[in-house]
Amino acid sequence: MSDEPLLKVESLTRSYGSRLGCADVSFELWPGEVLAIVGESGSGKTTLLNCISTRLEPSAGTVSYRMRDGVWHELFSLGEAERRFLMRTDWGFVHQNPADGLRMSVSAGANVGERLMAVGQRHYGDIRATAIDWLGRVEIAADRIDDQPRAFSGGMRQRLQIARNLVTGPRLVFMDEPTGGLDVSVQARLLDLLRGLVSSMGLAAIVVTHDLAVARLLSHRMLVMKDGAVVEAGLTDRVLDDPRHPYTQLLVSSILQV
Amino acid sequence: MAARLTVNGVAKSFVMHLQGGLTLPVVSGVSFDLDGGECVVLGGPSGAGKSSILKMVYGNYGVDAGSILLDHDGGRLDIAIARPREIIAVRRSSIGYVSQFLRTVPRVAALDVVAEPLVSNGIDAGEARDRAAALLARLNLPERLWPLPPATFSGGEQQRVNIARGFITGHAVLLLDEPTASLDAANRRVVIEMIGEKKRAGVAMLGIFHDQDVRDAVADRIVDVTGFAPRIAA
Repeated sequence: MSDEPLLKVESLTRSYGSRLGCADVSFELWPGEVLAIVGESGSGKTTLLNCISTRLEPSAGTVSYRMRDGVWHELFSLGEAERRFLMRTDWGFVHQNPADGLRMSVSAGANVGERLMAVGQRHYGDIRATAIDWLGRVEIAADRIDDQPRAFSGGMRQRLQIARNLVTGPRLVFMDEPTGGLDVSVQARLLDLLRGLVSSMGLAAIVVTHDLAVARLLSHRMLVMKDGAVVEAGLTDRVLDDPRHPYTQLLVSSILQV
Repeated sequence: MAARLTVNGVAKSFVMHLQGGLTLPVVSGVSFDLDGGECVVLGGPSGAGKSSILKMVYGNYGVDAGSILLDHDGGRLDIAIARPREIIAVRRSSIGYVSQFLRTVPRVAALDVVAEPLVSNGIDAGEARDRAAALLARLNLPERLWPLPPATFSGGEQQRVNIARGFITGHAVLLLDEPTASLDAANRRVVIEMIGEKKRAGVAMLGIFHDQDVRDAVADRIVDVTGFAPRIAA
């Protein structure tokens, strides 16, 4: 792990009129580190994710990111074009619903290739070869490359979305309930795949989930949110095995045993 | 020279907010040293706080008071107040832990479960698998099980995967939470031998063993945890 963080979030607040989305959230994320944000629906975790990933403008606070050249930039002082470029190249965003992150009417290969073209690749043969390689890494057979994602199952679509996001070798990936809405067996496969890719690529990731098992499996650290505020933060296994805050204790004790 | 691990005045209680803020004191005033090349066994009846002490040393449980000083990365780190990143680094390079139960990950083969701590330390995957295979063979885990995820293994088989995973690294401190609880006599003997080898390699071990014969075979000292019982406030 590097000695310098990749991302610094300071006093981030987003309000919707008088209602708070997230309030005064601060944390740092290091390269290779996976942070889970957990909490029930309406706790502000998706608002927080959207603010950090610049999809939503915060009401107050700053988000700073260390670019590949080592220079720190406050994201909301960057121009729209620069933020978009960052989003397309150095970042990934995996949506809960693959249809939000994929282009459903172009082929699987084009979905992966499009991100490569965004970073300047032009050679058709290379792009196709890379796309096939990535389909393989997410366990999609090479002969499905010309099919549209609408012909794929939910689990395949989610794996394709992951390939589309990771093909450019991003340093930071945001994931919003990446396994939500999938069957348990499909979830397990996806989680194992994500775990392997995150560790082999040394990715930093911020994963929003309401599923504590997903948080335990994927993350190093976690933030527990309630009513827009972070009520507990720390090493994932400590937060889950020795929860301190009443709300975290309630969450942990509510897990159903199989 | 200071001991490799120095636990000093450590206290732990659980506050159960869902039970009206009930406080359950677990231990207080926990103090002992652990040196390289020795195996210290925590003694005392169930519920005395032995596992809690191991979990605090591993950073898995928070610490209410006191310090847990560890030799790490050329310096001394206080686990009681270390940041999450530091705990993660400690687990990668300095402290290994064999828990009572294996937390299995779907689809990951037993061999890779064992090899993983080496791979995450940058050792080539092929070499890591070879070393994992050697350990599993030594622990008499049938080779046909190696490519399978351990979720469906018996308790004793899972425990051997867990032991191999804990013993595969060269970590300077090893925590053992009843590693032999569900093993047969032959495999218990293998674990006793492996603990002896770790001692000769200078590893410091802190363990909990309920089997009298294993404890007698491996313990250099026993620290009686009942001496750390919290005084109940009147």
